[in-house]
Amino acid sequence: MAIEVRVPTILRTHTGGAKVVSAEGATLRELMEDVEDTHAGVRDRIVDGAALRRFVNVYVNDEDVRFTGGLDTPLSDGDVVVILPAVAGG
Amino acid sequence: MRFDSLLDSVGRTPLVGLPTLSPARDVRLWAKLEDRNPTGSVKDRAALAMVSRAETAGLLRPGCTLLEPTSGNTGIALAMVARLRGYRLVCVMPENTSPERRQLLAMWGAEIVPSPAAGGSNEAVRVAKELAGDHPDWVMLYQYGNAANADVHYETTGPEILADLPDVTHIVAGLGTTGTLMGVGRYFREHRPQVRIVAAEPRYGELVYGLRNLDEGFVPELYDASLVDARFSVGPRDAVRRTRELLETEGIFAGISTGAILHAALAQATRAVRAGEPADIAFVVCDGGWKYLSTGAYEGTLDDAEASLEGQLWA
Repeated sequence: MAIEVRVPTILRTHTGGAKVVSAEGATLRELMEDVEDTHAGVRDRIVDGAALRRFVNVYVNDEDVRFTGGLDTPLSDGDVVVILPAVAGG
Repeated sequence: MRFDSLLDSVGRTPLVGLPTLSPARDVRLWAKLEDRNPTGSVKDRAALAMVSRAETAGLLRPGCTLLEPTSGNTGIALAMVARLRGYRLVCVMPENTSPERRQLLAMWGAEIVPSPAAGGSNEAVRVAKELAGDHPDWVMLYQYGNAANADVHYETTGPEILADLPDVTHIVAGLGTTGTLMGVGRYFREHRPQVRIVAAEPRYGELVYGLRNLDEGFVPELYDASLVDARFSVGPRDAVRRTRELLETEGIFAGISTGAILHAALAQATRAVRAGEPADIAFVVCDGGWKYLSTGAYEGTLDDAEASLEGQLWA
């Protein structure tokens, strides 16, 4: 089971510059652990204890995970996870 | 319809059905045409409300200088209100916005302070806060934290939608300052709590997200996640595809952020069809396409448009 994780510019110091990494997990929490195993330091930039950090948004197939179960959001093979800093509009 | 002045004509916009794009007889889409406001965007409501409330609170004197960080529409709306009410306006606007926006601001008499492209609107907010510190006599209405920005949608946009579409099941709008969704969301939570409130936010190119620390991100002070049921991130390709589809099938010439909102609205429609449930989905047309003609979104292939929009603040 492979899930594509798109990493924002600011976190690529942890992925050797890679924009996209592949990882596995049945939930977003498991996915974060799997990413952490291969790219140490990433998880703590995104997750603070049991929740996502305030200024980080994570989307599974374009939907914000804060409305789909947070770190318990279920994942399936072929899902695309996008991590982005929160930005303003208007 | 007759009004005493242009400012009196803000709001009460049409809600039009989309007979061709609606996927089924009982799953229908409705467009709230906010481009029919005086400066052509939904922001006229917020700009007028913020200025009027500041006047009532005694914060503004004739000739006063207003300051606002904006990627375009709020600035243009404020420039019109400021001109009619006798204030000077200074807008802090990111460099990577379309030239039409700068031209319109200048026409209504606003002064523009450019902010760096990298970091997008977050940088505009930072620069504006610095300027506000340097000029304590200027008044920053600050759309991201000004309650009047959400309240006007609670008082007008929400009730307008409910009056025109009493059986509304979903409302889909853009998420920038969060003002529209916070006001409309609160109105429907109180009056029709079963209505699903859906947010669509633009996903820009990498430049806009900048290189600064993740702890320096920005969430508008107005934002209350409990007023939203789902939130979607829509990239430029889907936004442009839907903007063009809206024009080709229904004749509506909208800005690119409306394409992003329509994309999320159509996803809700598809879910309703699959679930066999009837749905009346209202979505916000934030503005017309005029200000974005130079971005390349309306010509060439989708690949061309996507390439042209890279690095631009297209919503």
